[in-house]
Amino acid sequence: MTSQILSVPPARLEVLLADYQREVGRRRRQSLLVLAILAILIAIAARFGEVDLNNLVRNISNFTSYFGRIAPRLSVVNFGADVADWYWNIGGWLKLLLDTVLIAYLGTLFGAGSALAMAFLAAVNLAPSNLLRWSIKRIFEFCRTVPDLVFALMFVSAFGLGPLAGILAIAIHTFGALGKLFTEAIENIDMKPVEGVRSTGSRFIEIVRFGALPQVMASFASYTLLRFEINVRSGAVVGMVGAGGIGQDLFVAIRKFYYTDVSAILLMLIVSVAIIDLVTERIRHRLAGQEAGR
Amino acid sequence: MSARPIIRREYANAVLGRYGALFDVPPLQRAFALAIPLAIAGFAVFATWWLAIPFGQIASGLAQLAKFVALMFPPSTGGHLNLLLRAMAETLAIAFLGTLIATVVAFPISFLAARNTTPYPVVRFAIRRSLDTIRSIDALIWALVFVGVVGLGPFAGILAIAVSDTGALGKLFSEAIESTEDRARESVLANGGTSLLAVRFGLLPQVLPIIAGQILYFCESNVRSATIIGIVGAGGIGLQLSEQIRTYDFDQVAFAVIMILVTVATIDWISGKLRFAIIGRRAVV
Repeated sequence: MTSQILSVPPARLEVLLADYQREVGRRRRQSLLVLAILAILIAIAARFGEVDLNNLVRNISNFTSYFGRIAPRLSVVNFGADVADWYWNIGGWLKLLLDTVLIAYLGTLFGAGSALAMAFLAAVNLAPSNLLRWSIKRIFEFCRTVPDLVFALMFVSAFGLGPLAGILAIAIHTFGALGKLFTEAIENIDMKPVEGVRSTGSRFIEIVRFGALPQVMASFASYTLLRFEINVRSGAVVGMVGAGGIGQDLFVAIRKFYYTDVSAILLMLIVSVAIIDLVTERIRHRLAGQEAGR
Repeated sequence: MSARPIIRREYANAVLGRYGALFDVPPLQRAFALAIPLAIAGFAVFATWWLAIPFGQIASGLAQLAKFVALMFPPSTGGHLNLLLRAMAETLAIAFLGTLIATVVAFPISFLAARNTTPYPVVRFAIRRSLDTIRSIDALIWALVFVGVVGLGPFAGILAIAVSDTGALGKLFSEAIESTEDRARESVLANGGTSLLAVRFGLLPQVLPIIAGQILYFCESNVRSATIIGIVGAGGIGLQLSEQIRTYDFDQVAFAVIMILVTVATIDWISGKLRFAIIGRRAVV
């Protein structure tokens, strides 16, 4: 017995092939159209962005050699002394790094605290008044869209150089960003406990405390921890405009070409961000576990 | 007629018997629940002390800030609307090209960093760690470095955004690749396709919509970052903004901020539509 592959009658095959070609052709044309639009956008953007590939090619060796220049000069024989030389200002930098972390901590705390207070008024399922809800949402939007560095610049002018400006700038940005996330978390809660508490004749504050807050506490804590990590990074950046912390030293080191200082400070920053990342991730996983087990 | 209890005593006892444990939290657990907020507050007190926050300056600073805000109204272009519009266009160009370059670079790298497509685990580990390192340096710091390399101007900003986003997008892309199903790829292989064909026809169709969504999201958030990198001279509206703050031209600051708000809202709206168009079409994936 011979096996036989079922063949399609030629007429039918022709129809199918034509269909296939048409479908493929349509999609090809679609992709070409998208590519053409993209090419036009690139051309316009390249004009506005003053893209100069010659300049890049001429100077790219500067970029690659930059890493060579910021690399510390370490030797095996004299390792200890070389490291000590590289980190000549370790005490000062550690203090500034702690400053940055604390600025981020206070900024996160104030920002998250005020976001917590406002988010319940901005959530569509709990808000007592629509006008209030709308205005709080716009405030959140404003606070997270205006870059934190702009706030930092203004606060440095108003409050003087130092950590206060950094804390306030970070707090405002955090307020906007967390406010949005908190509001969304509240809008996704189960409304049954809320209705239960409301049916006992409770006031708004009690509904929030006993009906809504227990459901969102874990995710709020998790968002806040994530934000803290982001804020440590931006804490280093707002320091560049004089708002306290290690940013100022990093800025000076980059601008004045203190090459090995750049790598020393950057390495400290990367390591501390990585540690905070690890620790907060641990806590967030535990919180997520609690959430799931509840 | 004596007052009747709301709930009969035997019911009350039954409820208490069933749920009494909920009200009977051991003191140690209560203390622990109190300990976390106390620790948070205590650390905050330590931080305030360590940073030597000048509380005396708060009142005068707020007064100063109120003065700034009063100066903001009415917002004015200061006579150079053209300059501001150009700077905004520059900002958009930086965000767009930066994201584009980051995508082009991150896309092939992400295949090496994904568990199911990488040739060697060692390569995967090394690339993952380098992506993490790139990512943990802020775009502004990259901008400072690139200003030193290609000079002042938006090109430095484009490169800064491109580099810092390569780290983030590479990670996200590789996670998208790892979360694909192997079946489609295997069926291409079973039909005699090469592994390259398997990636093209078995894997790409699964990841492209996800990746497109992520690119759009990054384009959006890059418009926000591109507004500030001008502060270090890397092009865009940040340069004007920081100059105006330094020279106390707050009416112009207000105008620039309004421009940023409107632009970001518009971009959010457009990319939201596009994202819906891309992902909505393939909700099954």
